[in-house]
Amino acid sequence: MLALAAMGELPDGVLRRVEAELERGFGLRVRRMTPVAEPSEAYSPARGQWSSAAFLKALLARVPADATRLLGVTERDLFVPVLSFVYGQAQLEGRVAVVSLARLRPEFHGLPADTAELERRAATEAVHEIGHTFGLVHCADRLCPMSLSIDLVDLDRKTAEPCPGCSALLEGSLEMKRTRAGGPR
Amino acid sequence: MRARWHILVVDDEETMTESLAAWLREDGYSVDTAGSGREAIEKSRAREYAIYFVDLKMPGGLDGIETMMQIRKLQAEASVIVITAYATVDTAITAMKEGAQEYIVKPCHPQEISLLVERIIRVKNLQRENAILRRKLTRQYRFHDLVSKNARMAEIFELMREVASQRSTVLLQGESGTGKELVARAIHFSGDRGQRPFVAVSCAALAETLLESELFGHEKGSFTGALGQTKGKFEQADGGTLFLDEIGDISPKLQVDLLRVLQERRFFRVGGSSEIQVDVRVIAATHRDLAVEAREGRFREDLYYRLNVINVRIPPLRERLEDVPLLAQEFVDRLSHELGREVSGISDEALRLLMDHTWPGNVRELENAIERAIVSCKSGVLTADDLAFLRPQPATGGGPGLGLPSGLTLQEIEKQYIEATLQRTRGNVKAAADALGIDRSTLYEKIRRYQIPR
Repeated sequence: MLALAAMGELPDGVLRRVEAELERGFGLRVRRMTPVAEPSEAYSPARGQWSSAAFLKALLARVPADATRLLGVTERDLFVPVLSFVYGQAQLEGRVAVVSLARLRPEFHGLPADTAELERRAATEAVHEIGHTFGLVHCADRLCPMSLSIDLVDLDRKTAEPCPGCSALLEGSLEMKRTRAGGPR
Repeated sequence: MRARWHILVVDDEETMTESLAAWLREDGYSVDTAGSGREAIEKSRAREYAIYFVDLKMPGGLDGIETMMQIRKLQAEASVIVITAYATVDTAITAMKEGAQEYIVKPCHPQEISLLVERIIRVKNLQRENAILRRKLTRQYRFHDLVSKNARMAEIFELMREVASQRSTVLLQGESGTGKELVARAIHFSGDRGQRPFVAVSCAALAETLLESELFGHEKGSFTGALGQTKGKFEQADGGTLFLDEIGDISPKLQVDLLRVLQERRFFRVGGSSEIQVDVRVIAATHRDLAVEAREGRFREDLYYRLNVINVRIPPLRERLEDVPLLAQEFVDRLSHELGREVSGISDEALRLLMDHTWPGNVRELENAIERAIVSCKSGVLTADDLAFLRPQPATGGGPGLGLPSGLTLQEIEKQYIEATLQRTRGNVKAAADALGIDRSTLYEKIRRYQIPR
């Protein structure tokens, strides 16, 4: 079972879409849990952004006993020290992942708000980060959600459904079998 | 396929190394981290990294530039990307001058790192493919100082490598000039006995009694002219290897003596009464088919089996023509140096001539041909004119083109040709053997068989 948590206030439509795409993309049951508080120490005044590593740490402390993965979704603009921003971050073959909505919003880029666009992007990015937690690395198929997106053009090209290659890797993954069986790690 | 490339991220700030490592791992690379320059150098000694990300500012110990310079000494092919903050762009430029391939200013756009790494890896993939292709094109097998491109020779080298340090007797079979003695030497010098003597005896060159004395030594007065005690080749080779060339030519009596030594490792000097024990590895060689010789009763079957513990059949040069250019160039390199001539290559036309020849005298004939061509060469490259003597000679009169009368058998022609060659070299057997493209022992054997006066 996958757990999904908002970190701070979020539009409900985004969480619903993320939940639906994760269930569809991975064939897993997803349970929405109570929101997880934003870690205040994650904020960097120098950068005006939030450390994704601190978000992952906060999530790691809140993984429910009956879940194998926990995905957090935040409105905050996330960064890792070496990069100017990230859309999200995951522990590769780990238990937690986080997705930031900040740069997925059209208005961040000076465009009119578009809820449907935001929900679609958030769901694709959620599948991408959860794919990393199952050990998938970036895929060369630009339509696969596991391909690397470094801008919205890349992100908007992708679908939320893993390509046959990544699906096959997931099907063969022992961790995925365990998760589907509902057992804890 | 990315996982085969290893990347090392070097920074004293753990959050920096971990975030960059995590980003690269998501891209599918195998990534290690190091918290200091010293740790990075330790890791680069243990594993080959395709790319190093090195932070320029690392307080205490080695800084980024020093770390990079040490890494490049250890792994010259590695690409180093320096990481710097805005304040140190000048230092980054210094780093580029010192050999860094790229630099990134942190924090950088994700696209920058991904594209940079992808570009470097693409070049490295191409370089690797190129190196593999080049190796395939010029695949050469080497053993000691022997070289070949032929698959059968590669198998022989492998066998030689396996048996080099064993004491088992080796039987080398191959036509004259195929390099049997070179193979024997390579086996000896690459094995455990390499520091001990290698003693070669040409069995065809000596009469039976002389050969007996040559092999086993003699006591003073054991025969006319035996003025003192002399150690034989078996004793001289004690602890090492005795190479018995043209073993198929030894007399029945010597076959018995040799069998006894091989069985018991003990023998008597000619005219001696005390037994001498030796530790000698025997490598025997022959151009004859010893199995046939044994079957037809000309060679003792028990001795044949005693010798034939490890059998190596060296193919004639005509069965490995792919080696001709390689060997020819080796001979050009060595002989031009020995002869004090500045010849460094072979023209395409000359090479075609070499490839068209059937090389009945095998590698030795090729070596002689190259030597002769170098002597007459007027430029730095051997031309077809320098090798004109290899071109088929037009027939003259009704004879076989050697100024010989027609109606002769092949053996008669061989006899007359050897006689003529010996006359030309004024009885010098080595010079005649070289001119005929056969080895000295074979020429001695033919001189004896045809009863050619000298």
